[in-house]
Amino acid sequence: MFAYIVRRLAAAVVLLFAVSVVTFAIFFLVPRFAGATPETLATRYVGRAATAETVKLTAERLGFYDPVPVQYGRWVKAIFVGTEYDYGAGVEQCPAPCLGYSFITRQAVWPDLLDRTTVTLSLAVGASVIWLLMGVSTGVLSALRRGSIFDRMAMGVSLAGVSMPIFFTGMVSLVLFSYTLGITAPGGHYTPFTQNPATWAYNLLLPWITLAFLFSAAYARLTRAGMLETMGEDYIRTAQAKGLPQRTVVVRHGLRSTLTPILTIFGLDVGLLLGGAVLTEKTFSLPGLGKYAVDAIVANDLPKVMGVVLFAAAFIVIANLIVDLLYAVVDPRVRLG
Amino acid sequence: MTFLQLRDLRVSFPTDDGVVRAVDGITFALERGRTLGIVGESGSGKSVTSLAILGLHNRRNANVAGEIWLDGAELVGMPADDVRALRGKKMAMIFQDPLSSMHPYYTIGAQIIEAYRVHNAVSKVVARRHAIDMLGRVGIPQPDRRVDDYPHQFSGGMRQRAMIAMALSCDPELLIADEPTTALDVTVQAQILDLMRDLQQEFNSALIIITHDLGVVAELADDILVMYGGRCAEYAAADDLFERPEHPYTWGLLGSMPRLDRARTKRLLPIRGTPPSLIHLPSGCAFHPRCGYAERNGGKSEKVVPELVESTGRHLVACHLPIEVRRRVWQEEISPSLEAR
Repeated sequence: MFAYIVRRLAAAVVLLFAVSVVTFAIFFLVPRFAGATPETLATRYVGRAATAETVKLTAERLGFYDPVPVQYGRWVKAIFVGTEYDYGAGVEQCPAPCLGYSFITRQAVWPDLLDRTTVTLSLAVGASVIWLLMGVSTGVLSALRRGSIFDRMAMGVSLAGVSMPIFFTGMVSLVLFSYTLGITAPGGHYTPFTQNPATWAYNLLLPWITLAFLFSAAYARLTRAGMLETMGEDYIRTAQAKGLPQRTVVVRHGLRSTLTPILTIFGLDVGLLLGGAVLTEKTFSLPGLGKYAVDAIVANDLPKVMGVVLFAAAFIVIANLIVDLLYAVVDPRVRLG
Repeated sequence: MTFLQLRDLRVSFPTDDGVVRAVDGITFALERGRTLGIVGESGSGKSVTSLAILGLHNRRNANVAGEIWLDGAELVGMPADDVRALRGKKMAMIFQDPLSSMHPYYTIGAQIIEAYRVHNAVSKVVARRHAIDMLGRVGIPQPDRRVDDYPHQFSGGMRQRAMIAMALSCDPELLIADEPTTALDVTVQAQILDLMRDLQQEFNSALIIITHDLGVVAELADDILVMYGGRCAEYAAADDLFERPEHPYTWGLLGSMPRLDRARTKRLLPIRGTPPSLIHLPSGCAFHPRCGYAERNGGKSEKVVPELVESTGRHLVACHLPIEVRRRVWQEEISPSLEAR
């Protein structure tokens, strides 16, 4: 078990390294192939009206004249040991893990990411709890009452749920619940949990439900299919032959088996969301990681982009690792060797 | 009062293609301490019969008619919850494939403990001790350690032993074994059958063994019921049935049994054709398309369903052949050919 974890962690580090190389190459190397010079790159960060002198200075300050591998090495080194920056207005300390400074706002990326993460985390955790409960229970009920009116309605709604994009359901529900009925908070507000849990929940309620709707639809269909298969297994008949109450048969014997594959997908979905629920955050103007990433890409703020990509990749890798470990706990037939 | 009495049990399933008459009028009686063997091909309705006794048929799409009396209580029409309370405690079942019949995520012990605690208000510690005791009684070595193993860590024979331990954990008075040895190695089959006989004597329970293999029930069963197309073809004491089988289908079953004490050059005598569709059962005697003697009845086999009638004493046969003809055919044609093989 211990060796397995160590091996998986090592693999995760290698994976993150690969992600960082590829991302760095995309943003720093590919433009050069496309004919960009250090000066044209720097132009973006000084404004078009700047003199050639200023552009050259900026390019030098940002280290664009160094070979790309050197730039990459500097970036990686900063993550582990930190570095200092001099933008001409005094030396700024950037302690490890330093993901660099924004080329535009000159703010350190790492504290920004941490700040944004709390928003995305609030969104993802709240929504995932809702969709797991909603999706799985709907799926189980549908499977047990296959062909009933409940089943047909649930599957119809969930088909709509999986088909409609979040920017559609999000907009519609904003108009309906926030602006017309006034039940939920309008978009664009976020209160930290530590400040006021009630407001925190109130502001996030609509994004949670909208996001959860999309996912619970998929989970309901998944659970239903899984339960239908599991309830036909021989060991379910054995459980019934023992005289167990039907509820025990369904939950302890049926659902237990069905949950294993769902757990896998759940882990990956949450990991993916933690890296930024781009559409949801954009739709509801929540200052999370996804919105941060989109804004950074639009502004061509490379350190921010690099930082958020690496950060999101780390979430997915960690979620994967947790899922693999949980899998071994849930299914005794999975042997960790 | 008879311990288990079935009267004209009928189980049918309406489907899009027509009504499947899986069990079409089965009657038998069984006392405590006795063993009944139900024999037939796949699809003859033997498993459905046992599932109906336990109330494990799909209640939504199965129609059950007739009577099932267990120790004075009528099971047909009994509320599902009441039947459930009897299941596992008064009547238990052993299934064909012990690997797929045990939950892969729970230890053997946990599954036995669960079965015991549904019907007995005892602590987990007591139930665990009972589970270890039961595992020991079915011949599992080091039961105090194996109790924490998962089904996949057991061998096939061990799994079936564990399955038996689970079924017997609440000391049921009726035990139904559905093809208990089919998924096992031949050497293990004999062990399991011996074990079941010993345990039956110890617990004095009524035992129903369902099988397609007459060899399995030959040594164990007191009575044998041969099923064909959801109906009873022949029902007699085991000795009587092996001594003087009267139904052509039973002859066929006997002829298709491989035997080691005969020359290998002799071929088996398989029953020609395939089991009938339960939706469109052949008219008249369901066996007539496969029967070598149907033409001796002057067209009666195709038109009239034969009644199950006594030939001698408790020997019941559903066949149109006159009793003298049946006896002569058995003595002069079938028996010598089985011996000579």
